[in-house]
Amino acid sequence: MVKRYIFILTVLFASFASAQDIPERSNPPRLLNDYAGLLSSEQQQRLESHLSQFARETSTQITILLVNDFGGTSREDFAFKVGEKWGVGQKGKNNGIVVVVKPRIGNSRGQAFIATGYGLEGAVPDAVANRIIDKEMIPYFKQGDYFSGIAVASNRLMELTRGEYTADEYLNKTGKGGGFGIIGIVFIFAIISFVMRAAGGNRRSNLGGSSLPFWVLMSAMGGRSNSSHGGSFGNFTSGGGSFGGGGFGGFGGGGFGGGGAGGSW
Amino acid sequence: MKTLKQLLLIALVIPFLSSCGYNTMVDKNESVDAAWAQVENVYQRRADLIPNLVNTVKGYAAHEQETLTGVIEARAKATSVNINADNLNSASLAQFQQAQAGLSSALSKLMVVMERYPDLKANQNFLDLQAQLEGTENRIAVERRKFNDATKNYNAYIRKFPRVIYASWFDFEKKPYFQAEADSEKAPKVEF
Repeated sequence: MVKRYIFILTVLFASFASAQDIPERSNPPRLLNDYAGLLSSEQQQRLESHLSQFARETSTQITILLVNDFGGTSREDFAFKVGEKWGVGQKGKNNGIVVVVKPRIGNSRGQAFIATGYGLEGAVPDAVANRIIDKEMIPYFKQGDYFSGIAVASNRLMELTRGEYTADEYLNKTGKGGGFGIIGIVFIFAIISFVMRAAGGNRRSNLGGSSLPFWVLMSAMGGRSNSSHGGSFGNFTSGGGSFGGGGFGGFGGGGFGGGGAGGSW
Repeated sequence: MKTLKQLLLIALVIPFLSSCGYNTMVDKNESVDAAWAQVENVYQRRADLIPNLVNTVKGYAAHEQETLTGVIEARAKATSVNINADNLNSASLAQFQQAQAGLSSALSKLMVVMERYPDLKANQNFLDLQAQLEGTENRIAVERRKFNDATKNYNAYIRKFPRVIYASWFDFEKKPYFQAEADSEKAPKVEF
């Protein structure tokens, strides 16, 4: 009998140990979690305010984790467990997305996975998630430009979940290879910036009063010389500085059912 | 006098049932059933993807007829085994799991064969189907885990004192778990 209890205790401890491999959610909760130190604090702030503004407008929560390892499990398992444990998305709507990125370290390949909550499996089907990773994120990641890859992917996910175009339209557009054309990107972002302005955001970038937000220009220029852009967009975050960390209202308890796709490079 | 005693007994027992876990047992039983429905759902989703996958592959790899037939047969076998949540016991679940494992291994064979066809791997339609298939395998893994969690929760509840004494009077029996299998647990994995 005593042996049995010892066995049960051992099993319990083992399960606690494995649960610890999934990171605790940060306090105050953040949508961008850079555990791998791939982004500068300015880039983190920009992405965080972009993501939390989107979360407040639509209640859809896109959470991004940059990690050095997946806590001993596979990338998809890690993403689903983070989603469930943190409760990304709203309860009932299950409208959360978890994006995990592991950089290429030495010989181990870089990996990325987009996990969609139950409620977003229609807006972002697996094939679309796969296409976003392969065609939009990995080309940047291969060059070590994590910021641009993440910014582009989160914009795509926002457009899809907001219903600006459907998953099929996205697949058709990207089916011929090479993602959206520059014109398409500029057009879409022009719409977004218009919508955001209409929604009351009067943030300005300091690029000669240009109405385009920084990521439009970044996409248009290919975003390949990210470091040189760093300084010139400085006012973007200060203009939008009113949304601080955790400004999206906290995670809501959404559920994940295994939707999504991943890729490696 | 006798009927009065019985009525009195029933009147005494009713609050006892609701306060001592009968309703909770019903709730937990329902959540196991719901989790099982989800499990069947995701397996069905996988079966639904296969005709499309086979058709796409056929155009590129006509002389892999044997592998393709294997997949189609395994699919037919897997879809023929359906279990109502009421008849869920370890024998029927093992049968279900075996049929699905057959399909899993037929699919992973197909995926290995596909490696030999670079044209197919460049086909966007195939890549999309493959992403969907991988996503479905992930969903299967997740729903199986959730089913096991719900079952564990239910089993632990009905087998604790004092419910262990009377749970079986109301047909609350222990429910089976999905067993991890060496080959089916692993989703067919193809790296590109």
